[in-house]
Amino acid sequence: MLEAVAFYGLAALILGFGLMVVTARSAVHSVVFLVLNFLAVAVAYVVLAAEFLAVIQVLVYAGGIVVLYLFVVMLVNQKRAPEAHHDPHRKSGLGVMLAAAVLAEVTAIVVYTASSSPASVPTPPPAIAGNTEQVGLLLYTDYLIPFEVASMLLLAAMVGAILFARKAQ
Amino acid sequence: MHVIPITPYHYLVLAAALFTIGVIGVMVRRNIIILFMSIELMLNAVNLNLVAFSRLYGHVVGQVFALFIVAVAAAEAAVGLGILLAFYRNKETLNVDEVNLLRG
Repeated sequence: MLEAVAFYGLAALILGFGLMVVTARSAVHSVVFLVLNFLAVAVAYVVLAAEFLAVIQVLVYAGGIVVLYLFVVMLVNQKRAPEAHHDPHRKSGLGVMLAAAVLAEVTAIVVYTASSSPASVPTPPPAIAGNTEQVGLLLYTDYLIPFEVASMLLLAAMVGAILFARKAQ
Repeated sequence: MHVIPITPYHYLVLAAALFTIGVIGVMVRRNIIILFMSIELMLNAVNLNLVAFSRLYGHVVGQVFALFIVAVAAAEAAVGLGILLAFYRNKETLNVDEVNLLRG
């Protein structure tokens, strides 16, 4: 019962804030709703027993990426509304309908799969306790090379971002 | 009152709905900053999916992949917003419908 209340409350928060990000008039409001959405997703991670990822979500997304967005929103002072010009070739209604069709299809697939397979696969308990220890062990053994590649990617992104955002000489 | 137990499949449907909201944002909005935020919503939906599967199969490898997605999302945000700033300095607009330098 408590689990159901937690799930449906979280789902309402996540989807509600997500909708507000998409529909908000000003970009600053969108950023604020994005923070709230990220925090609600972090709580969902805790419910799903992924505590380490929840902390990373709060630190990197709600702390880092959103601040980056906020800086950019503040840096570009808009003299005219960005939504003023409208391309007549753009078919937004068709896009929304297609997205809704995809959602219905994915939901149908998940419901069909859930009804034909057991709720959870019984697995032996892990050798070490603690979510962070498990993630760390996997990250530094089986996934060491992707981990190093990710660090190189971040370095390249840092150099690229400085290069792009710098004023042209 | 009979309550259906909450399984990871519920979270899969939630993630699909969040992903759809992101897709709708990308297709409907014209402010490029809000487009980027919609992409972040979609990446979050994918992460939620991975964590739900990690819970379903009782293995943390899904969470490791979610960590990689967080790293890639950070890189994407940094480079994307850098390009956006450079573009804004040249064209003084944030409307994607006016981004037609390549006549696309």
